[in-house]
Amino acid sequence: MDQTGIKIEDLHLSFGETQVLRGVNLDIRPGEFFAFLGPSGSGKSTLLRAIAGFGPTPHGRILIGDRDVVGLDPWKRNVGMVFQSYALWPHMSVRDNVGFGLRERRVPAKQIRDRVDAALDLVGLAHLADRMPNQLSGGQQQRIALARTVVVEPEVLLLDEPLSNLDASLRVQMRRELLHLQRKLGLTTIFVTHDQEEANTTSDRMAVLDGGVIQQIGTPQELYDRPANLFVANFLGTANIFEGRVEIDGDVARFHTKTGEVLTIPASGNLDGSNVVLRPQNISMTQAPEQDALKGEVLHREFLGSQIRYLVKVAGAEIVVDQSHSAGRDWFDPGAQVHLVANTSSAVIL
Amino acid sequence: MPSMNRSTPGVSAGIADRLPKWLVPNLSGLNMVALFIALLLIGLLLVPVAQVMIVAFQDPATGAATLQNFLDFFRTSLFRESFWNSFYVSAMSVVVATAIALPLAYITTRFHFAGSVLIQSLGFIPLIMPPFVGAVAMQLIFGRNGTVNLLLRDYLGFDIPFMEGLNGVILVQSIHYFPFILINLSASLRNIDRSMEEAAQNLGSHGMRLFRRIVFPLAMPGYIAGAALVFIKVFDDLGTPLLLNVNNMLAPQAYLRISSIGISDPMGYVISVILVVFSVLSLWASFLFMRGKDYATVQKGGGGMAKRNLKPAEKMLAYGVVIFILLLVLTPHIGLTLLSFGTIWSFAPLPDGYTLQNYVTMWEGSKSFIMNTLLYAGIAATADVILGTAIAYIVLRTNIFGRKGLDYLATAALAVPGVVLGIGYLRTFHSVDVPFVGEPLASWWVVIALALMIRRLPYALRACMAALQQVSLALEEAAESLGATKKRTIYKIVVPLMKGGLLAGFVTSFATAAVELSATIMLVSSNQDAPLAYGIYLFMQTPSGRGAGAALGVVAVLLVAAGTLASQVIIERDKKAKASADMH
Repeated sequence: MDQTGIKIEDLHLSFGETQVLRGVNLDIRPGEFFAFLGPSGSGKSTLLRAIAGFGPTPHGRILIGDRDVVGLDPWKRNVGMVFQSYALWPHMSVRDNVGFGLRERRVPAKQIRDRVDAALDLVGLAHLADRMPNQLSGGQQQRIALARTVVVEPEVLLLDEPLSNLDASLRVQMRRELLHLQRKLGLTTIFVTHDQEEANTTSDRMAVLDGGVIQQIGTPQELYDRPANLFVANFLGTANIFEGRVEIDGDVARFHTKTGEVLTIPASGNLDGSNVVLRPQNISMTQAPEQDALKGEVLHREFLGSQIRYLVKVAGAEIVVDQSHSAGRDWFDPGAQVHLVANTSSAVIL
Repeated sequence: MPSMNRSTPGVSAGIADRLPKWLVPNLSGLNMVALFIALLLIGLLLVPVAQVMIVAFQDPATGAATLQNFLDFFRTSLFRESFWNSFYVSAMSVVVATAIALPLAYITTRFHFAGSVLIQSLGFIPLIMPPFVGAVAMQLIFGRNGTVNLLLRDYLGFDIPFMEGLNGVILVQSIHYFPFILINLSASLRNIDRSMEEAAQNLGSHGMRLFRRIVFPLAMPGYIAGAALVFIKVFDDLGTPLLLNVNNMLAPQAYLRISSIGISDPMGYVISVILVVFSVLSLWASFLFMRGKDYATVQKGGGGMAKRNLKPAEKMLAYGVVIFILLLVLTPHIGLTLLSFGTIWSFAPLPDGYTLQNYVTMWEGSKSFIMNTLLYAGIAATADVILGTAIAYIVLRTNIFGRKGLDYLATAALAVPGVVLGIGYLRTFHSVDVPFVGEPLASWWVVIALALMIRRLPYALRACMAALQQVSLALEEAAESLGATKKRTIYKIVVPLMKGGLLAGFVTSFATAAVELSATIMLVSSNQDAPLAYGIYLFMQTPSGRGAGAALGVVAVLLVAAGTLASQVIIERDKKAKASADMH
């Protein structure tokens, strides 16, 4: 199957006076599973809808393959979109829903039947063809919406928060199925979500959006390990952030926090910045004093199963420390005096 | 305090305690209320309607069960003609009302259109005028020698029989009732989630095809609901054909048979049965159609249909259509106002001169009509709100046996045409004497108020249900957990919180009861007991009384308009108060 890439160049979009997208640039590779991740109001859904042709006409360019689609009517784009609400038409059977796009394309009836069957097979719901949408469960509706979209063989597939209306266990299952299906069809896919776990587990690459601006683009690991700014650091997982400055002494780089602590940091990475980011799992905690340790007091403890998350007060700041948990392991009670050692090889300066 | 005279438990043990338990079931206060309402509804709705049904199937001479009356009905050519006329007029009214409502609903819900507000408000104006009031004014404007045809004849040399016979009824009814379709269809269109339409566009559909395959089918339930309502209302209406002097329809035939031949003539009852059967059938058909089709698809954050801007040419067309329709719709009001201020209006496009004399004549001749109306509608609306609150509470918040039955019974009044209820009351209550008054109940003025009460109860009940649903159960439970009894809770918490909705229910019941004609015309036994609607009817019978009748009609319109406006203001204010309370 021919795979189509999507290129977005300096895209601006506003609702009346409110600017929603401010200069978005993006290059999505053919066949890629790409996620737009961001909090609500970040512009991620607006960007997706702009690609599909919904909402106000943006300024800039949206290239699907080689074709600039800005200003083109939605029905002329051949872009498949699955809506957050699924948008299955309640007055049509499953078969009619799935066959709708083919009928609009004037495909002969016999072919429609075969292709609808094939699409329903693909999502494993061939036996529900004659049901009405309101007789289906949420997960089934989701699959039918997907079948309805892929049956017309769109150039790209857009998924607008497709899992948000499902319950937690189904969500995990569906995201695997989605990924499996995407790989099978080889369709260039954009997936909008506010859930970092969803984005991390499914996407090849993702773009983190905030305030209508792309904050960073990269693979999930890149974004987690090397966030480009404090927003990304905070949005992807939990981050302990200390303000201060970097001092370089020959081969050794040290970070001096405002409160006087000193952390030795790798001299190889970025050293330009006034914040250091430490992930909770990269800090270890002991009762006995150790070299280079920060002294602190446990304020609060949460048992998370595989981990115990502590809130520790260190020199006026509160930091989060995760310690892995296994049966029989000791834990600290609130009030305990502890010593923290940071594994600074994974620290990031921003 | 020693002077307090409290009976001890031992003394209060009266005769009830010595009777077997099953004879004196231990009924709580609410159970008693439910029982009382049930008896009231049975006595004032079920029994009279059942009476009508029974008489229709009885041999008038022997009282034996027979189908002879129905055979006689269908053997009489006048009745057959009336039957088909009623059917034809109702169906055509639905068609014409759709033609008026569809463009308005489509334009306001689908486009950014400055005239939308105008349509939203002016589109509902017909409802505030009882159709029979506008009928005479419509004659003067659209009739054979009315304004439009005089002008057509003078300038173009032909005329159009807008108001000839059944056409007149169709025109007046569709202009009056199209808002039912407009309201329901607009609501349906607005309730379609934007993604429903976008999904279709995404799959390659647009324009008329999109409207035909997705938008209209999704709006269908609303349309059917509105259309069924229009059909029933027109089928049952008595006032409009009477005033237009179109007697070969079912409701006027029923009225004429009973009022001229008497309450023993079976034909009035046969017609009543047919009217009820058609009402029930149309409601049932629309219910069947809509079953399982709850297409209200607006999702959280969906925000309904995407509106788009009109191109300049489209805008011109839209304004043209809207202005034309609104002018048509406002004709009865314009005509009525002109007539009420006019001196003589005959064979002329406009009245010969203008005067206030009609209002003076009206005031002198109809003070009692107005006072009676205020009294009857006041009693009916007050009783409706009290009954409505009680039924709503019993249905929504208790598990009293048969509570759904109360709801169904009260709502069943919708399917009973006013003429039928009137005939039922005449038949049932003519032999019941009112104690101390010495009159049969059927001709006592209170029966008019009772009929109005039953007629308006379904609407008041919906308002009360809506009001009660807004009062969270937790508020009630909070009061009870703090030690308030059920009675005190209802009195101190529930009813005060329902106040806005109840007031709105009262005002609409009052305003619409004030202009009701079909039941009252059967029950008015003397002119000094007559309400306003009947007064208008009397005035309009003579050409010389038309001016004063129109003046009284203007009063009626203003009354209903003020009521509608007041209830809107109350509902809005209530909504705002609730919204701001929720935010804290």
